[in-house]
Amino acid sequence: MYTQAMDTAPKEERRAVRSAEEAVLEQRFDERIDAGGSIEAKDWMPEHYRKTLVRQISQHAHSEIVGMLPEGNWATRAPTLKRKAILLAKIQDEGGHGLYLYAAAETLGTSRDQMIDALHSGKAKYSSIFNYPTLSWADIGVIGWLVDGAAIMNQVPLTRCSYAPYARAMVRICREESFHQRQGFDALLVMMRDGTEAQRAVVQDAVNRWWWPSLMMFGPPDSESPNSAQSMRWGIKRISNDDLRQKFVDATVLQARVLGVTMPDPLLRWNEERGHHDFGPIDWAEFWRVVGGHGPCNRERLAARVRAWDEGAWVRDAATAFARKQAMKEQSMKEQAA
Amino acid sequence: MNSSTISTELPKTETTAEWPKTETTAEWPKTETTAEWPLWEVFVRAKAGLDHKHCGSLHATDARMAVQLAREVYTRRQEGVSVWVVKSIDITASDPGDKDMYFDPMEDKVYRHPGFYELPDSVNHM
Repeated sequence: MYTQAMDTAPKEERRAVRSAEEAVLEQRFDERIDAGGSIEAKDWMPEHYRKTLVRQISQHAHSEIVGMLPEGNWATRAPTLKRKAILLAKIQDEGGHGLYLYAAAETLGTSRDQMIDALHSGKAKYSSIFNYPTLSWADIGVIGWLVDGAAIMNQVPLTRCSYAPYARAMVRICREESFHQRQGFDALLVMMRDGTEAQRAVVQDAVNRWWWPSLMMFGPPDSESPNSAQSMRWGIKRISNDDLRQKFVDATVLQARVLGVTMPDPLLRWNEERGHHDFGPIDWAEFWRVVGGHGPCNRERLAARVRAWDEGAWVRDAATAFARKQAMKEQSMKEQAA
Repeated sequence: MNSSTISTELPKTETTAEWPKTETTAEWPKTETTAEWPLWEVFVRAKAGLDHKHCGSLHATDARMAVQLAREVYTRRQEGVSVWVVKSIDITASDPGDKDMYFDPMEDKVYRHPGFYELPDSVNHM
């Protein structure tokens, strides 16, 4: 998983005054972007481009790490050994994805500790979807199907992002992500096909709760995405929030039919003229409430991260001390040999 | 069973209550945690016969830990049969600012490529 279009920051103004030298560099930079070229870590880039990327990549990384929590809630209670092994593999993947992304952000000159501080102090955001609870086993299947499905829609265009270290991380992530969506659909299919009436009801209940938050993952409507235009200009973003959302709706309606569930939207129907599905209005007040820290699990998620970090401090300290001791030992052995 | 009875049976683990801070958390000395573990670059050989290829980076206290973590992070699906790690600060790289000066002189040396030489069709597979 799990990026969310994170255009949730106020519109940022670029510095108006630039030196002549900077203007030349920026023109060369723009030409490179226009030609479809990649920007590497050591290349010159406008400060605003760097800042935008640090924000987006680090928030993406945080989302992967926080995304482990709702799934971890079911690691000990998966219905079979097979499902447990699959879930553990998926959770491990999310940790790995967070790591690829932190590493990509670090190439821009921010440190891992700075990013983690920003998350723990509440300064940095992560995808709002993880502030909803996983109440039943079906939620794990629905997260794979809908949440990872939405994430894939978001992430595939990012493999062509102009910033190459981010694009490379996204290639790796997208390659692994497809398993996440398929295992979720597979788990739901088993419940719908072979399950009892009650088990099918659990699946439908999970779909009802996750459908709207999944649509919110694509971020605010284009008309309210203040930084979208600049990100498009710079090749950080390739497809608009609304276009991706529409693509996701069109793709999932058929999948829901195969599964035998319905979406909780009475206005959802095929529009022959547009060649797309129409769907009902999204409750953006809820989205902003959750982004603003007042979702069902915001406090719990952050507290779990902070606790894990604090309680792991002695392990990090011990590993550092051990490495230092080993290095000293090696040094003194060398000296004795000399 | 309908969905409302299901929700009453839900496990109560996901509460919104904040985690209690353990006493020890507050008392741990913060001496070392502020110092980040060094950064390592990871190279993976996909299969015997191929080059090691750079695939990313990670933080680790020493080389042994870096190799272990590289395995967990970069070869979860048998992507490799061998891993190299090297401290990022030990890598010397060409300066991207020197790119033109460094690499462009090769641009006009087309005679270094086999396609430069036009040979008769009968021997052109040479």
